[in-house]
Amino acid sequence: MDLIGLTGFNILVAIATLVLLALGLGVIYGMMRIINLAHGEFLMLGAYATALATNHGVNIWISMLIVSPLVVGIFGLLVERLFIRFLYGRMIDTMLATWGLSLALIGLVTTLFGTTVQGVSAPLGGFAIGRYQGSLYGLFLVACAAAMLGGLYALLRTTRFGLIVRATMQNPNMAAALGVSPPRIYMATFALGSALTGLAGGLLAPVSGTAPNMGVAFVAKSFITVLGGGAAFVTGTGLASTLFGIIDEIATERTTPVFGEVALLLSAVILIRVLPQGITGRFFRRST
Amino acid sequence: MALNRRQFVQIGAAAGLIAAPMINRRAYAAEPIKVGSLLDLSGPLGSSGQTMYDAIQLAAAEVNAKGGLLGRPVQLINYDTQSTIQLYSQYAQQLALKDKVDVVHGGITSASREAIRPVFDRFRVLYFYNVLYEGGVCDRDTFCTGTTPAQTVNKLVDYTLKNFGKKAYVIAADYNYGQITAKWMKKYTQDGGGSVVTVDFFPLDVTNFSATIGKIQEAKPDVVLSALVGSNHTAFYRQWAAAGMKSRIPIASTTFGLVNELATLDAKESDGIITAYGYYEEIDTPASKDFVKAIRDKFGASVPYIGELAAVTYEGFHLWAEGVVKAGSVDRMKDIVALESGISFDGPSGKVTLDHATHHTIRNAYVGKAVNKKWQVLQSFPNQAPADTAAVCDLIKHPNTDKMFVIDVK
Repeated sequence: MDLIGLTGFNILVAIATLVLLALGLGVIYGMMRIINLAHGEFLMLGAYATALATNHGVNIWISMLIVSPLVVGIFGLLVERLFIRFLYGRMIDTMLATWGLSLALIGLVTTLFGTTVQGVSAPLGGFAIGRYQGSLYGLFLVACAAAMLGGLYALLRTTRFGLIVRATMQNPNMAAALGVSPPRIYMATFALGSALTGLAGGLLAPVSGTAPNMGVAFVAKSFITVLGGGAAFVTGTGLASTLFGIIDEIATERTTPVFGEVALLLSAVILIRVLPQGITGRFFRRST
Repeated sequence: MALNRRQFVQIGAAAGLIAAPMINRRAYAAEPIKVGSLLDLSGPLGSSGQTMYDAIQLAAAEVNAKGGLLGRPVQLINYDTQSTIQLYSQYAQQLALKDKVDVVHGGITSASREAIRPVFDRFRVLYFYNVLYEGGVCDRDTFCTGTTPAQTVNKLVDYTLKNFGKKAYVIAADYNYGQITAKWMKKYTQDGGGSVVTVDFFPLDVTNFSATIGKIQEAKPDVVLSALVGSNHTAFYRQWAAAGMKSRIPIASTTFGLVNELATLDAKESDGIITAYGYYEEIDTPASKDFVKAIRDKFGASVPYIGELAAVTYEGFHLWAEGVVKAGSVDRMKDIVALESGISFDGPSGKVTLDHATHHTIRNAYVGKAVNKKWQVLQSFPNQAPADTAAVCDLIKHPNTDKMFVIDVK
């Protein structure tokens, strides 16, 4: 019984981790159709922002929840103004540009901070699940992921800004005809996606560490989750994270970590084969 | 006299041929001895490679400050292999064919070593691998100067059996180093009367260890033996501490510290972890202190922890230099014979002697414990032989051996 509790808890954390990894990408890819191959490095910047701010005496909660999204959000804004805005509608060119950006960021961070950076450790400590121990910080990640998912959904569905954003993504010319400035909306959306990614990087820093190359380990999983989710990316990311999180965690727990990775990729392949448009391409089509 | 182009080329070539020996002789006095170096200075292994690169630069500078070798300066040619095996093969060929180096020091992971060792065999380049590893390389063209399981894993497991208990859970990186080290962990645990409940392997890009931490709790071992590798795997120690497991089950590792875990982790995540290495920065001998001071003086106080990787690289370079001096030549075969004659060097870790039969080193081994982001040296074992490799490899009897024995551990 305790073990089921622990496994259930681990599954929740795995789902939350995938949601955190994918949500910012969902905004940038799912809404704007921009394949941001530097997504992993945006996460890395978020983690660095948290680690550096905390090491310079900023409270860890402020570093994670405010500094990281702010820094990466502003960085995303700059990237959008300097590169991305010239490349809208040119998917392959964007891939090339963001891939270059990813390499440049890894190099830049290595040059600036070296390969060894004092990380931050997870606050809060552990709690008992029967005879077992779980991480309270994991619980906090679950809460954060839920809040981000819910918050984004509410933002897009209930606010005027959300309406304008969705309209612009669907038909920029019509939106422009109604008096909206699509370039500004694109800019804001890209910054929002970057900020969410930065927040995720900050939140994951205490559990995954801080290293220039850390993004590489995350970028594939993020894309798989967003693609598996499909067009209605908030609902889709939630559903795909749940599916992949459960499969990954149970496969790893029951067999080996190697097979856990295999199972995750295999299930993604099957999902895309069966539902080429992602989960929300067939189900929950009217959600966001 | 009118020359057409063909005559011009012929005469030019003839003149060049006649002049060539003269130019050569003139240049010979200052012609440097070229030392190739292949180290990962970026990517997941970058933090391991960086201090090794500092150490080999220091060793080369020391040799040059004393007038070089055989009256010739030593020139270091380093390529950053960026934690990519493909670049190892590419740069190895470049060092052998284009730069025509006299020796190569380098390689970090065992996977990288096995990628470049055949290249240097093929092109007849002397090769030094200066990293602790799983043992078993038996190749007359290659010298492995780091510690092997008999020198470290054995001591580590003895310590955990005595101090923590008989039941171990092994977690290791999923490539040759981790696979074989896990076997050694199992063998030494069983030899000491203990048992290994589970062995789990992790690809190098795994960062989520929650399922494994659950499994470990379920298995309730007395100790976790870790051979995890690289900065991604450092996440295990973070998540272990975050789950509150730190005070419940102790960890002993053959790799903890190699990517500067003591600097990147918080003391409360690293305290109490036991390791066994051929060198710790805290070793309190004049040679060790001088070495640490020399590196920090040369490369700044910001140089992270100086551990076995740096010390062994430094010692490996000096062992090679002693061999060259003794042979009076940089000819590969003459150097190998000289290096096989029982050459030794008093390095930061103590006296290091090259063993003829295995081409490995007889060196000191230490057991240490992480205390407040430093290593506290608990035990030292002088002059340990590479017994694991010696059991399968005898280059005195079979000098033409060229293979890596995967030692069959039951």
